[in-house]
Amino acid sequence: MIWFYLLSGLFLGWSLGANDAANIFGTAVTTQMVKFRVAAVVATLFVVLGAVIAGSGTTETLGELGAVNAIAGSFTVALAAGFTVSWMTRLAIPVSTTQAIVGAIIGWNLFTGFPTNIASLAKIVITWIASPIIAGIFSAILYLITRNLIVRLKIHLLRIDAYNRVALILVGAFGAFSLGANNIANVMGVFVPAVPFEQIELFAGISLSGTEFLFLLGALAIGIGIYTYSYRVMETVGNDLFKLTPITALIVVSAESLVLFLFASKSLRYWLMNHGIPPLPLVPLSSSQAVIGAVLGLALTKGAHGVQFKVLGKIASGWIVTPIAALLVSFIALFFAQNLFEMQVYQQRTYRISRPVLEEAKNRGIRAPALDLLSDSTFSSPDKLRAAMKSVENFTAGEIRDFFDIARVERFEVDTAKVQDRFLSEEQFDVLAQFHGQRYEHSWKLQNDLAKVSPSWRIQPDMGNLEQLRIREKLQLVISASRVNFQEASE
Amino acid sequence: MPILFKKTQKLENQIDDYLDMVIRGGLLFKEGVRYFLTDNRDEFEDRLHSIDSLESDADLLRREIENSLYQETLIPEERGDVLGIIENTDKMLNVSAETLMNFSVEDPFIPERYKNQIRDLCSSSVAAIDELIAAIRAYFRDVNRVRDGVNKVLFYEKEADKIADTIKRDIFQSGEFENFSRKLHLKDFIEDIENISDTAEEVCDRLSIAAIKRTI
Repeated sequence: MIWFYLLSGLFLGWSLGANDAANIFGTAVTTQMVKFRVAAVVATLFVVLGAVIAGSGTTETLGELGAVNAIAGSFTVALAAGFTVSWMTRLAIPVSTTQAIVGAIIGWNLFTGFPTNIASLAKIVITWIASPIIAGIFSAILYLITRNLIVRLKIHLLRIDAYNRVALILVGAFGAFSLGANNIANVMGVFVPAVPFEQIELFAGISLSGTEFLFLLGALAIGIGIYTYSYRVMETVGNDLFKLTPITALIVVSAESLVLFLFASKSLRYWLMNHGIPPLPLVPLSSSQAVIGAVLGLALTKGAHGVQFKVLGKIASGWIVTPIAALLVSFIALFFAQNLFEMQVYQQRTYRISRPVLEEAKNRGIRAPALDLLSDSTFSSPDKLRAAMKSVENFTAGEIRDFFDIARVERFEVDTAKVQDRFLSEEQFDVLAQFHGQRYEHSWKLQNDLAKVSPSWRIQPDMGNLEQLRIREKLQLVISASRVNFQEASE
Repeated sequence: MPILFKKTQKLENQIDDYLDMVIRGGLLFKEGVRYFLTDNRDEFEDRLHSIDSLESDADLLRREIENSLYQETLIPEERGDVLGIIENTDKMLNVSAETLMNFSVEDPFIPERYKNQIRDLCSSSVAAIDELIAAIRAYFRDVNRVRDGVNKVLFYEKEADKIADTIKRDIFQSGEFENFSRKLHLKDFIEDIENISDTAEEVCDRLSIAAIKRTI
């Protein structure tokens, strides 16, 4: 059954491969600089690598926006996004999987009553607006550098051609890697919280976590999309916006890939944090919009006339129309899935207010005294908890969200066998082993227990952002690996 | 890297060799005409023979270059322009060889006082070839310098026109020729030589547009 549910995600992956590979190898293939077969092999290989190695960053961001927690829900959300993409493509409205999936997730939040994290949503939307602009700036800079180099180095036309062919493949590989890393969240992100794949041993001692395996499947679907359909897209889309030569295509693809990478790479994020530079949010983007931004940046730098500025309006309309359409489709589809097909599209979340919960809330600075009135009660939905909280005190949205996190019941049993030790330091693993078999109801409880025993698990206020983030990520990893399956959890 | 770009290097060399041949063709033509004018028939025939074999070698090389460009789908954006330029350059070589052959076959009557002017005409036409080839090389390596070359070609073409005009007017006003047909005969030769620089000008026009297209 899991495999059936995954189909909608795989369909999204297929359409992503069919459409977005053209943004990376389109001009290279149509100008015969790179053979389609070479492009398809390179693109598929690097999409898979990008997705599996670096796909988790943007997935976490989508998870923050709304963690779809039942597989039928993930199926419906992904299907709604896929349907919106095909529907809007038919209406000739520029559309991206990214915007569709975000709308569809918010539709799930509204349907289920789970809160939408406004801060995450704002982060995502701002990044969407910024990404074409950044791509434009990158391509303008790259264009000026390239033009200067060609003039200065006096390279033979044939030599430029030869270098360009190699560069198109290399940059295409980087582009495919970045696309996989940045966009796998669109394809598989909604399945991550819901699909209980366990660690999978591949060959030669290489093992994949459940999430990585999910990403591998999604990336393979993207690869199939590239092989089966992207050639047609490359041929039709080709030079729609502005005629690109092989050299300008190289510049545009480089700019696009850099932007996708910037907003996907955890390593880069860590590096920036390490050097005290404010890191960029990891957000899934639309590669088409990054390309359009890059092309416009290049065209403006060239001082070319006749650039169609109407395109800008079209992009902006895509930011609004697509998510709203996907939201509506998702909401309606979830309604039918639940009421007509009797699917379980979300997992009830239970919130329990106990002594330790109130204690933790106090530690985190939430005005807890009023909450004492609610002590020893259990709520079966976020709406009910929100209503109860509002009845006792006028809490801020931030306080409510924080308290949701603390009171949420999340049953798990620490199982060191399921945790991949390569992610943890030796000391962290040893400390964790002391809690093997222990059952928990709240994730922060484990965090507190671990922190008590060892500084390697302690988040100190004087720590750098990066170290704090690393400990949180590792903890999340332990918890998601040890998660008891949903049936048990909802008991 | 060197292995990776070996084919490219070979083709670059072939194009350079081809352009060298066109220059050599111009020089042979100039020399040939000079020996013809000084009645040094042996040397003249030797140059004629050389330009003939040079022309067929150049043809072979040109075809090889064209095949490589097509078969390996190289420089997709510029291929049409480059092929056009190379083919038209070949025309200059053909016209030079043909004109020299006509000198040999038809042995035109040339009064002494025209000989210096004809030498000047040859020099201007061949200078146009030289400058054109320099401009073509610039097109491949340093596209911003194409303009300088183009201007020089246009200058020598104008010079050749002027000289040819003067000679032709003179011929038809002069009483040195036995009959009118001889005047027409020499006029044809003057026009053939002038034709070389005209062809250079045609290639030049193509080259200017190709160069504009090449600036990224």
